[in-house]
Amino acid sequence: MNNAVVIDNLTKKFGDFTAVDKISLKVEYGEIFGFLGANGAGKTTAIRMLCGLLLPTSGTGMVNGIDVNRYPEKIKASIGYMSQKFSLYGDLTGRENLEFYGSVYGITNQRLKVRIEELSRELNLENFIDRLTGSLPIGWRQRLALAAAIIHKPKIVFLDEPTGGVDPVFRRKFWEILYQLADGGTTLFVTTHYMDEAEFCRRISIMHRGQIVEIGRPQALVDKYNEPDLQETFISLISGLENNE
Amino acid sequence: MKQIEVNHLTKKYNSLTAVDGINLTAEDNELLAVVGPDGAGKTSLFRSICGLIGFDDGEVRIGSYDLSESFDKIKPLLGYMPQQFSLYPDLSVEENLHFYAGLFGLNKEEFNKRKERLYNFSGLGAFRNRRAQNLSGGMKQKLALSCNLIHNPKILILDEPTTGVDPLSRRQFWEILKSLCQSGSTVIVSTPYMDEVALADRTIFMHCGKKLAEGAPDELIAMYEGDLYRLEIEPTAQQMKKFDNLKGLSARRFGASIHLYVSSGIGEDEIRRRLDQIDIDSSRLEKITAELEDVFIQLMGAEPELENIIE
Repeated sequence: MNNAVVIDNLTKKFGDFTAVDKISLKVEYGEIFGFLGANGAGKTTAIRMLCGLLLPTSGTGMVNGIDVNRYPEKIKASIGYMSQKFSLYGDLTGRENLEFYGSVYGITNQRLKVRIEELSRELNLENFIDRLTGSLPIGWRQRLALAAAIIHKPKIVFLDEPTGGVDPVFRRKFWEILYQLADGGTTLFVTTHYMDEAEFCRRISIMHRGQIVEIGRPQALVDKYNEPDLQETFISLISGLENNE
Repeated sequence: MKQIEVNHLTKKYNSLTAVDGINLTAEDNELLAVVGPDGAGKTSLFRSICGLIGFDDGEVRIGSYDLSESFDKIKPLLGYMPQQFSLYPDLSVEENLHFYAGLFGLNKEEFNKRKERLYNFSGLGAFRNRRAQNLSGGMKQKLALSCNLIHNPKILILDEPTTGVDPLSRRQFWEILKSLCQSGSTVIVSTPYMDEVALADRTIFMHCGKKLAEGAPDELIAMYEGDLYRLEIEPTAQQMKKFDNLKGLSARRFGASIHLYVSSGIGEDEIRRRLDQIDIDSSRLEKITAELEDVFIQLMGAEPELENIIE
């Protein structure tokens, strides 16, 4: 089993509207995959299916070896999710937040204590884990949010614009941590509107009107469209498609 | 003519200095970007300029008026779009515009004339009967902008209007701002994202309440000291470890390649020689231009020890 995510012709319709239209892709374990698209292209609907929150209308999908059609409940326990908007409890300390999220995933007592120590070391949380979360700068909160998302050691983590608005030094630090996680075999599935973040991914896909219109390495796409960077590539690709309609 | 002039503006919240002695000017036809991460002080700066909050020190002049003396004269000149601008989700595009026109006291004839002009440049005309809640993120922001333009303000101040908006819509949004400036407006816009400022006339880098630098995008990039190279090799953990012992050169993973930061004075041949020494394939090494983010980090004062940045 080499693929963390395998989806084949995955489709979701809401009445007459096809939000996700036969998308297929594979993501390997340990890969950092960028899932891009215009507003309203269907990214959120696709992610909700992959996280077991929404049943597909047709098509198949396996996430961490679990069938999205048959066992969506099991998927929830086996993945991690982190969003820029995802809020930790501001009036709890970092440690208390991690204890809370750990217990939600059924990790308790000594196991939880050991896991929090481990995360604190790996993500360099030591200096602020016992401070109130609400008083921390956003870059540190993001690292705590990541720790909460991976407290149950998921093999796949979905990250929704994980570093939006974060100061660039913190952002680089955060990506170093993501690369370390990927080296350890964790799969990172990143959605973002920000092309500089997309460039940090190993491979990306671009969605438009429910379909995946491009997939590949960022630099390969930039070369293919003969644009200076990914931002211009995205704009040229999507505006080209919109003008053809 | 100078439309906005800010001298040594300082805004404190108890012991926190959110805006620390900022100077800023914007003239007719100018599109000025203020770029910085969350917490840099952008919102406090903008609210102070618009007279929405008091400030502790400094002076703000809008048009030919001093803000502290003639706020009532300034109000009609200004359009301010806060970060969370409220549209009525269950009203249509046109009803939202109509509501804001009413707030600014426009009569029916003026409204009809301005609305068509706004539809024209925003591309929202085709969606005039659609409810605001059913618009995409990019279109919502264009509608919010249109609501702020309904009274024809001379000066427009926009706080992070493109956060959460896709790259194509963001580009279109900036192009609208550019055309507003060409037709006589003065626009100041803030963003947390460095890549947005290509269309700005000038950009101010802001961090921890202070101005780090100011200039056109190419002027800012020219401030970068040292050289930047892209090395095309698979950046595995094993490969990255090899760079640990290299002096005068720091390596950072960048997607499927590596970025090398090199102090000035070390030439390409020397870099190749050093890479060979640590058994790194240097055949696909290419000099690249620094990005605004690299400049920003350098201006912040080398990479500070992260844990010591804030108390």
